[in-house]
Parts: sequence; C-alpha cells; structure tokens
Amino acid sequence: MRALTWHGKHDVRMETVPDPQIVNPRDAIIKVTSTAICGSDLHLYDSYIPTLHRGDILGHEFMGEVVETGPGSTLQKGQRVVVPFVIACGKCFFCEHQQFSACDNSNPADKADMSEVLYGYPMTGAFGYSHLTGGYAGGQAEYVRVPYSDVGPIVVPDGLEDDKVLFLSDILPTGWMAAENCEIQPGDTVAVWGCGPVGQFAIQSAFVLGAHRVIAIDHHPHRLELARSMKAEVINYHDVKVREALAEMTGGIGPDAVIDAVGMESHGFAFDNVVDAIKTSVKLGTDRTHALREVIMACRKGGRVSIPGVYGGVADKFPIGALMEKGLTVKTGQTHVQKYSQKLLEMIGEGRLDTTYIISHRLPLEEAPRGYKMFKEQQDEVTKVVLKTH
Amino acid sequence: MPDEHLDRAKASDAPLSAAVHQRDLGHEAAEARGWHEAAVVGRSVTINRPRADLYAFWRDFRNLARFLENIERIDVGDDRRSHWVVKAPAGRTVEWDAQITEDEPERLIAWTSLEGADVKNTGQIAFADAAPGRGTLVTATIVYDPPAGELGKLFAKLFQKEPKVQTRRDLRRFKQLMETGEISTSEAPAAGPRGSFS
Repeated sequence: MRALTWHGKHDVRMETVPDPQIVNPRDAIIKVTSTAICGSDLHLYDSYIPTLHRGDILGHEFMGEVVETGPGSTLQKGQRVVVPFVIACGKCFFCEHQQFSACDNSNPADKADMSEVLYGYPMTGAFGYSHLTGGYAGGQAEYVRVPYSDVGPIVVPDGLEDDKVLFLSDILPTGWMAAENCEIQPGDTVAVWGCGPVGQFAIQSAFVLGAHRVIAIDHHPHRLELARSMKAEVINYHDVKVREALAEMTGGIGPDAVIDAVGMESHGFAFDNVVDAIKTSVKLGTDRTHALREVIMACRKGGRVSIPGVYGGVADKFPIGALMEKGLTVKTGQTHVQKYSQKLLEMIGEGRLDTTYIISHRLPLEEAPRGYKMFKEQQDEVTKVVLKTH
Repeated sequence: MPDEHLDRAKASDAPLSAAVHQRDLGHEAAEARGWHEAAVVGRSVTINRPRADLYAFWRDFRNLARFLENIERIDVGDDRRSHWVVKAPAGRTVEWDAQITEDEPERLIAWTSLEGADVKNTGQIAFADAAPGRGTLVTATIVYDPPAGELGKLFAKLFQKEPKVQTRRDLRRFKQLMETGEISTSEAPAAGPRGSFS
C-alpha cells in the first residue's frame, strides 16, 4: 500500500509499504477514505519529537471502511468508521473511568519504558506519533491496523459525508474537552489563545456550553476571521497588548476561563536521548511557553486554566506564584476522545457544530508531502489540509 | 554499618526494593541463601481482575511463557517441579530446574532454582486485594546470583539493560493479557507477540 513516511527533518515521502494485517483478536483493518494533517504532526515534521524511526508512517486523524476484522472485534465489514487517535483498551482502571487518553495497556511494554522515564508513568498508545506512544503505524496511508476495535471506532451513518465527521478523530473532541475543562458558568467570558483548528472548535464548544463571551487571540488575520465567523471577539497580538486588552474588555476583572490552544512552540523537546536527559538535566532544553505564561497571567483571580495545547518537556520561568496567589484551577491532558464521540456525532448530525469551515485544502493522499510543506509555511491561508484516497 | 542502612529502610513502610542502599539488600539476601552475591528486583502492578483469577493463571507455569519475554517455555513435572528453558542470544538457550517452595492459594507462589542451575534464582509472586473496586495488587520479587565471566555477559545481554527493566516489562505484559486478553504490539505479525488468546 501507499503511505506517508517520515525520514528526517522536513523529509516526509510517499512510499509503498507492506499492507497491515490482523495481529491481535480485537484488531480491525480500516481502508482509509479521508485523513488529515494535524498541527502536532508539524512537530514530527520539524523533527522535534524524539524516538521517530525512518520509515515510520505518520497520521492520527483518519476514517474509512472496515475491510477486515479479528475474532474479538465488534465491527462489521463495510461499516464506515472514524477512528480516535488515542488507542484505548476499555478494560483498565483509566478506561473504566473514561480517562481513555491515560489507558494503561495500549502502549507496548517495551515502548512504554520511554514515557515512564520521562513522566513517571507511561503514556498511552496512539497512532502515528513516534515510539513514545507505541510506534503504531499512522493513518496517512491506504490501510491501517486498529487495535481494540471494539472500543475506539465510531460508526458513522450514511448521509454524513467524510468532511463533516473526520475531526471526531481528534481536534473536535479536543476543542470540546478544552471548553469543558473551563467549567463554564453563566455569564462567563472565555479567552482562547490560538485560532488553529483546535482553537476554532474550542470557541464553538465554549458557546454551546454556555459562555457569555469568547475572546480569541492569534496573529494570523485569516484565522482571526474564522474565529469572528463563530461569534468570537478577536485580538491580534502583533497590534494589541493582550493582557491590557483583556483587562479592559472585561471591566478590570479578567476572563473567567482561559484556554491555551497553542502548545509548545518551535523547538519541541530539544534533547537527543530521552533516558539520558532525565539523568543529566543539563541536556534538557525547555519547551517555549510564552502563550502558557500569558494565559496564567491574564486569567482572573479564582479562574480556570484549560490547557489542550501539547507540551512535552519542562518549562522555564513558569509563573507558579501567579497560579498560586490567584488561586487558579488548571485542567489539562490529551483528549479522552472516546468519552465524547457519541455526543459530538449527534451534535454534528443536528447541525449544532460546524466542522467543515476550517478545511482550507483538500489534496490526494499522494500529495501529502506537499500538504505538510504548505501547512508549515503558509499558516495564514492554510488552516487544515485533508487528504483523500480517491 | 550496612545493617544500619537496611534497618532504617525497614522503618519505612515502603518495600525494600525501593531502598536507597540496594547493595546492602543484596548482601543480606546472599547471606540468607548461602550465596556469594545476590541482586534483588521487586516490582508491583495493579491488575483489574480478582486475586483468584490471577493466582490460577500464574500457578500453571506453562502460561508464564506467554508474557515473560525471555522464557522459551516452561515444562511442568509433578505438582511442584518445573523445567525452565530461557532464550539466549544467537539462538541458544539456558536451562534450569525449579521447585515451588511456597504455595498459598490466591495469595502467594514462591519457587527456587535447583542444583545445577546456570543462574541461581528464586522468585516470588504475591497477590493482594487492592483498594475496593480496584482489583489486585501483584508484587513480583526476584533474587538472583549474577553470574561472572562468559555466562555473565550472556546474562547481561539476555536481560537487556537490567533485570529491573525486564521485570517491569514482563509485569506490564501480564497486566495487558489479564485485562484485555491480548498483549499490545505495534510490530508486524512475523515479529508479533506470543501472548494473544487463541
């Protein structure tokens, strides 16, 4: 089959690779119809995430048709499914408590060591996102092996085209969970940093969850326009001092809840050997956290900080004093996709969420490398690239 | 003076496998067994299954090969004896006989290698109820006499970095198998796991 493989910094290629096969009883094989490039894929493209091997298949936002099932799968051949990027077993303590992105079993035992050393306990498995998350082949390909297929995949009714439901795989529930983590009360003002796809869905979700006002912050004019189209007020941080603006716009109080939908900027983890870096902290670079600092400083006293933005390592000059003295609540984490799947699918069907307006480009899968390049280099015009297999 | 460190560690409620002075722990374990030297590895995991299920699965030592990475196979003889065949580099194997020394149903199984073993070792697996609704706390403790020379090098290769890492991985695989019925893998079928139900 054809697949998008990683070969180094800014070097991704379409290659012919072996088709995936059923390995474990609960597996299913999906024939991909649509798959997207995520903002976090750019960290892989920039070679900032350690433990990638040449030839690894990328991609974690995908959907398609079930073509093969193992004896333990509950899927039927021919069903149309969207697959969550998080691989969850459904049976461990975390899955049973709906904390699917903390699944204890999906990261293979020999890979789990790496994130256990990094974070204290191992990360869950995920598609196409380095060997830290298990080295699972990703979804920017013609076929994908999906483990625990009785837990993750969301069956989609006919009549909802791919573009409408594709983002159930990752960015829509991510935006939703970001807004949910704001614990929105009536009358709340929510401020969102980052108007990429996750920020866009966080804006929509915040209004659905009852926010009185949403203020969106970015510097790309087109992305700010998209935010405005979703009824947010906008701030371009190149032209306006953000904290001062927010203070004035909220009558001196500050936003009740703040969302960091930016995540680590530029240089990612910035160390070579994950295990050594823990032992010799001199080698440890720090995640750039400008947005995170600002988010904490801007939030009102007693307010809530929601962090969907992805971070990997450690932060320098973290405003722990502001956090403590203002009595803030912080909620964060990789998305528990499976927790939100059914509810969000229903809302899409009812027309309560607009999921297609963020798609700026559709390309054939074969042109995926070009898609990466344009997503990286033209962030104002390119908001989301969706790849099609036919 | 070594005893002092261990006595102090024993004053905490933590398992001795987490003690700072591991060498002293090794000396004490060696003395207790009449060995030259010993290393102690301890590791625990919480598994979302009843104690009885986990004990029953482990008690049939033939099952261990499904998730213990370095075990080629274990043959069980009469009720308490077993023969272990362990993988070594370059397609070789290392073998020994073992005997169960303690067997408390649903609570504890302990075994020890017999005369002539290439690597003297004792193992123990304990099953205790975790907090209500959480399943079972499983604790594995391995004490082994690290071999010197050629065998030592083989041993080091066998256990990759160190037995501590191996034990961690093996227990994780045991948990996956017991909770999900499968052992997680991202490898192609030819390199696939041995542990899936069939």
